[in-house]
Amino acid sequence: MSRITKRFAALKADKRAGLVTYVTAGDPDPALSYQILKGLPAAGADLIELGMPFTDPMADGPSIQLAGQRALKAGITVDATFDMVRRFRKETGDNDTPILLMGYYNLVYQRGVERFCKEAAQAGVDGFILVDLPPEEADQLKPYAAAVGIDTVLLTAPTTDDKRLPAVLKYASGFVYFVSVLGITGTKSASEEAVRTHVERIKRHTSLPVGVGFGIKTPDQAAAVARHADAAVVGSAIVDRVKAGLDEKGIAKPDLVPGVFAYVKALADGVRGVRKV
Amino acid sequence: MATTPNSFRTGPDERGHFGIFGGRYVAETLMPLILELEQAYDTAKADPQFQGELKYLLTQYGGRPSPLYYAERLTRHLGGAKIYLKREELNHTGSHKINNVLGQVLLAKRMGKTRVIAETGAGQHGVATATACALFDIPCVVFMGAVDVERQAPNVARMNMLGAEVRAVKAGAATLKDAMNEAMRDWVATCETTFYCIGTVAGPHPYPSMVRDFQCVIGEEVRKQMMEAEGRLPDTLVACIGGGSNAMGLFHPFLDDPGVRIVGVEAGGKGLDTGEHAASLLGGRPGVLHGNLTYLLQDKEGQITEAHSISAGLDYPGIGPEHSWLKEQGRAEYVSATDDEALEAFQRMCKLEGIIPALESAHAIAHVIKLAPTLPKDNLLVVNLSGRGDKDVPQVAQRLGMKI
Ligand SMILES: Cc1ncc(COP(=O)(O)O)c(C=O)c1O
Repeated sequence: MSRITKRFAALKADKRAGLVTYVTAGDPDPALSYQILKGLPAAGADLIELGMPFTDPMADGPSIQLAGQRALKAGITVDATFDMVRRFRKETGDNDTPILLMGYYNLVYQRGVERFCKEAAQAGVDGFILVDLPPEEADQLKPYAAAVGIDTVLLTAPTTDDKRLPAVLKYASGFVYFVSVLGITGTKSASEEAVRTHVERIKRHTSLPVGVGFGIKTPDQAAAVARHADAAVVGSAIVDRVKAGLDEKGIAKPDLVPGVFAYVKALADGVRGVRKV
Repeated sequence: MATTPNSFRTGPDERGHFGIFGGRYVAETLMPLILELEQAYDTAKADPQFQGELKYLLTQYGGRPSPLYYAERLTRHLGGAKIYLKREELNHTGSHKINNVLGQVLLAKRMGKTRVIAETGAGQHGVATATACALFDIPCVVFMGAVDVERQAPNVARMNMLGAEVRAVKAGAATLKDAMNEAMRDWVATCETTFYCIGTVAGPHPYPSMVRDFQCVIGEEVRKQMMEAEGRLPDTLVACIGGGSNAMGLFHPFLDDPGVRIVGVEAGGKGLDTGEHAASLLGGRPGVLHGNLTYLLQDKEGQITEAHSISAGLDYPGIGPEHSWLKEQGRAEYVSATDDEALEAFQRMCKLEGIIPALESAHAIAHVIKLAPTLPKDNLLVVNLSGRGDKDVPQVAQRLGMKI
């Protein structure tokens, strides 16, 4: 059983939804980014998405675009991202919190898909979320990821209708990520009613857990999602806390890391306040 | 190594792949809409009414067919191949872009879309899109890099006059790649009502083949016109390459004529060895960007690097996937021309033929200046004059130190 599957089973036993936190690897610099990664579970993250910065993040809004630019400027690489995960596993002894790499396919393709999967698995990565790899192209990745036990979390969107869902689910493992709004990250938010309807619809097609993301900015919104989904995914709003911790010259203020953790804790409180039957 | 196919004109496969190239690397949100577009296009393509409307527009509104003109002075001056110019610059709006846009906007109308977006580099595709949207009374938003807004100011004014909204994109190098990112971001949020009119043979399937089909009118006319003029097919075809649409439109109808030599000219910027260029086939490697797998300018990790070209329309780090495939198949040759060579060709064209070419097209002419003298006098060479240079007048005047 993969760490992701185990974590969702544990959440279910706890009768609550999970909090999935997204941070961009290397933002605002590799050292602080590692400190953030290390402290996320204690702050209340149940699963961690680690964004791999890409020069052309077509599905991301300004918050994550800027985070990627900060990280690239500070010298983040794929190797350094793998190293962050490796250090996390070794230094924290945390062998339960799943870490998923999120990003765009070109970085995987350039390294060679098979090699990328192997190195990611060796570093302690549990899943991939590749925004620009829909089921139409996912067969390029799936066999290599499966061979090393890495889950492929595919995205579904409001435009993914019942007819198409099975095609997406064919390649999905770990959980299903429902992108709750039409649009890029960090912009619009979905209504609770829309989240409920779509999650119910997806669940008619799969027994995989469903995580819902895009546009969740407040503990209340996270709680609203937690009422219907198995996990709430928060990205841009956390990344905005990193930015808020930088002065006008882009230098980290002392409260950057604590500021991120305080915000994650508030989100976690929101999610954990919802009891599931 | 793949074996040589029986035909070079059958691609892509049903998944949009030309060999390993092409495909559909887009966010799931867009995927269902892209499938819908593919279906709508397949239906339209086979519908005589759609084809009839398009033909009417291309002829009566666009001004087709464009002449195939024997450039006698240029030919004599270079002293080699017999040079013909395919006069796409005479089309309405001043470039080949209108061929594709009329097709796509007609399709948008047919699909019931109520808004059209486009990316543009030189502004020619933006102007063509703004024009068709004015004609069809559809709101239009054009994304353009802030640097290009600056260097192609005449086209920005034209788009505004035509009623389009031009959004200056400041991200990245603020050129064509960034405009395309921003257009894609808009599209993800608006895809249920908005039609994305891509300006070249790139993007997710079906765009590369759809745009190619709309541009093939160029090569099909050349076949006929050359038969009329010379009683045989041309020997050499030359076209500039940004994303590759004017080139593909000229080349594709001749891909299965082995006697026809096909040459695409990429933007060499300050020189291939300087790293400051836009020659994705000559200086890049296969990778994934903007919905397709194709040759890209990128670093070791796969981060996309900035392209450099004097010509805003060629200033793009990628290329249409079918060109990547033709390169690997060896069916077409790809070369480059530098900024300086293009400027020189621009001026020669003005003085020898009385035609002010677009800086993009000047790259193709720059290569003809090198190639034609090496060819026999009976070599029939066609160069695609993809656009006129009015938009470039301020920029070139400045480069040449002229007062305007
Ligand atoms: C006149 C002209 N030629 C060529 C191009 C390059 O595009 P493509 O390679 O798709 O023909 C442009 C693009 O803006 C253009 O305006």
